Amino acid sequence: MENMVNVYLFGKQYKVPKSLTIMKAMEYAGYKLIRGCGCRNGFCGACATIYRIKGQTALKTCLACQQQVEEGMYVATLPFFPLVKQVYDIQKIKPTEQIMMQLYPEIYSCIGCNACTKACPQSLKVMQYIAYAQRGEYENCAEESFDCVMCGICSSRCPAGISHPQVAILARRLYGKYIAPKCEHLLERVQEINDGKFNDDMLDIMNKPLEEQKALYNTREIEK
Amino acid sequence: MYQYTEEQLNSMKKVEATRKERTANLFRRMTAEEKQSVLQEYHPDYIEGAYETLKVGKNKGGKVLHELASLLQGKSRIHDYKIDLENPNYDVDVLVIGGGGAGSSAAITADDNGAKVMIVTKLRIGDANTMMAEGGIQAADKPNDSPAIHYLDAFGGGHFAAKPCLLEKLVCEAPDAIRWLNDLGVMFDKTEDGTMVTTHGGGTSRKRMHACKDYSGAEIMRTLRDEVINRGIPVVDFTAAIEIIKDSNGNAAGAVLLNMETGEIKVAKAKTVVIATGGAGRLHYQGFPTSNHYGATADGLVLAYRAGAKLMYPETLQYHPTGVAEPTQIFGALVTEKVRSLGAQLVNKDGEPFVYSLETRDVTASTIIRECKGRKNSVKTTDGEGVWLDTPMIDQINGEGTIEKRIPAMLRMFIKYGIDIRKDPILIYPTLHYQNGGIDIKANGESEDVGNLFVAGEAVGGIHGKNRLMGNSLLDIIVFGRNAGKFASAKVKEGIEVGTLTLDHVDAFEKELKDAGVDTGIVSPKLLPDYTRKDM
Repeated sequence: MENMVNVYLFGKQYKVPKSLTIMKAMEYAGYKLIRGCGCRNGFCGACATIYRIKGQTALKTCLACQQQVEEGMYVATLPFFPLVKQVYDIQKIKPTEQIMMQLYPEIYSCIGCNACTKACPQSLKVMQYIAYAQRGEYENCAEESFDCVMCGICSSRCPAGISHPQVAILARRLYGKYIAPKCEHLLERVQEINDGKFNDDMLDIMNKPLEEQKALYNTREIEK
Repeated sequence: MYQYTEEQLNSMKKVEATRKERTANLFRRMTAEEKQSVLQEYHPDYIEGAYETLKVGKNKGGKVLHELASLLQGKSRIHDYKIDLENPNYDVDVLVIGGGGAGSSAAITADDNGAKVMIVTKLRIGDANTMMAEGGIQAADKPNDSPAIHYLDAFGGGHFAAKPCLLEKLVCEAPDAIRWLNDLGVMFDKTEDGTMVTTHGGGTSRKRMHACKDYSGAEIMRTLRDEVINRGIPVVDFTAAIEIIKDSNGNAAGAVLLNMETGEIKVAKAKTVVIATGGAGRLHYQGFPTSNHYGATADGLVLAYRAGAKLMYPETLQYHPTGVAEPTQIFGALVTEKVRSLGAQLVNKDGEPFVYSLETRDVTASTIIRECKGRKNSVKTTDGEGVWLDTPMIDQINGEGTIEKRIPAMLRMFIKYGIDIRKDPILIYPTLHYQNGGIDIKANGESEDVGNLFVAGEAVGGIHGKNRLMGNSLLDIIVFGRNAGKFASAKVKEGIEVGTLTLDHVDAFEKELKDAGVDTGIVSPKLLPDYTRKDM
């Protein structure tokens, strides 16, 4: 059976088609998943997984829904990881360097091993964004961490006990709320709506007979 | 490099050969008549054999797809358990069922109003279609745009079938939804002076698609989740609602909860209930693959239907034109519409375009099915067939680096399998994407039929009519999530006396089934799909 490979799910051997992802291989083997399965599409971080190929020393990490099986793959899923999440009131905190120091002081214990970056299934420069967070450079931290799915694999590999995804979301929220340029046209439009400026416009379109609405729709001007 | 077949490689060369000509001369838009004709002939919603007539409940006599009918007319799960309604495990003001974008928005808003809120979700908070929405969120906030223009786009795109009071709310509260999210720290794409970067979506007449790269939904969802946790709103995860509890006044008053892992049953009593359970892609209607998350099994529709709620347009589904057809590992996964917003065209096996890139989703999907099934111009794939989406056009039109900057998730998704979408086109086929229909609600978010039962998000029917435009779903979960949270908590403030808790409506529904001679042999809600191998 050349299209089959041997995988070891939690150490137990199964023969599965080699075209499958780890997640589908588990289902092929008979697992009905509850934990460790979310969007099945690489966005939610539910299916963090570690594996090692028989005969090799390197420990690899992935999202089970995004990684194809290989011969001799020893697989353990990491459906939950105890990240430290500090709570804060986003309306009250400010984007200062001190806020990171107060909430996540452990980031200053980073020993620079880069294990987080090596482990990231999204290929993010995790250690780099932590460095930005240490310096209060929230825009850089936000941009560098933007594709984070918060699977927690980075934190599972960190000797300093840092919860990288939680640091990153704090930086992104600080950036999105306080640092990114304000959007004037948005605030103006909200004000105009609150002032009732579009009420007549809405009534006009909603009260037209269906045939007129259809005609308007079919001949409406489309922005280039 | 991905192992394409010989046929696929030859076809890909033809796509490359016609690229220059196609970029210069865009394919024309269809007329209203042409759209209607391709929909009728090829859209899955028009396949009569896929439907059956409901024999019980508020939609008795109406038609829904077989897969949904068997669940709506299924047997309750509560018979397996002993349920003590007199000693509830939880007693709250607002019980939110579902931990996606709509449920989280509802919970935050109810919390703002001082209500005691609790979220229950059968997976984790954030395991939801919201997390996977890539393309963006609409709002008419630019000077050349207005709520009325947004209304007309959405009303026409939904075939003039939307419930006007719901669509009115959607478009008029859209800018404030964006403001709210921005204020929570969501990172929208902006220019240096703060102007929102907005693009077209299929069927829009103004560029009003706001985005957070192509992680729009993920960025919104993780921010809402963070906010729910910051506020200390209790989230009971891996716990499914398996039945709505009513009270002696006939109103919704809680839910029976099932721990997905241990099987333990709990009872939640509530003054108001918000159903925010999302869509149904994992029912795989008509055998389609789906872009939806693992838990999208229409549970909320089943719960509400048994409790006496009417559904609006449950027969209409959205098949997203561009699901992955190859590689097989990600078959059915979503290729965001933003790829076409940025200029990529759909072309057949001979490299010929066959549709304007940004027709509405139902029309575009129908033309792809026509190209494959009707005209036999498809390319064979591992799991079936497909047509090309010519992604290299994006960098060609907008400049090198556009793909990397604007659709990084797409680039990453394919490159894992040795496909570089900057250099080569990709194979796609329609995928089951969205439940247009759902529970019929009033403008305050409350069910038309069951008191104190509020609904938000994809479980609602009628907001979009019979087809939804890109970017109006992320919008609706925020607008109607906040709406449900606002009115559910307001009703609590006005004073609700919960009567004696009861599940008699479940017995009554099952008696109705028996009298009608219906026995689907299926227990519902479904909770999760079963993908285990069946030939073991």
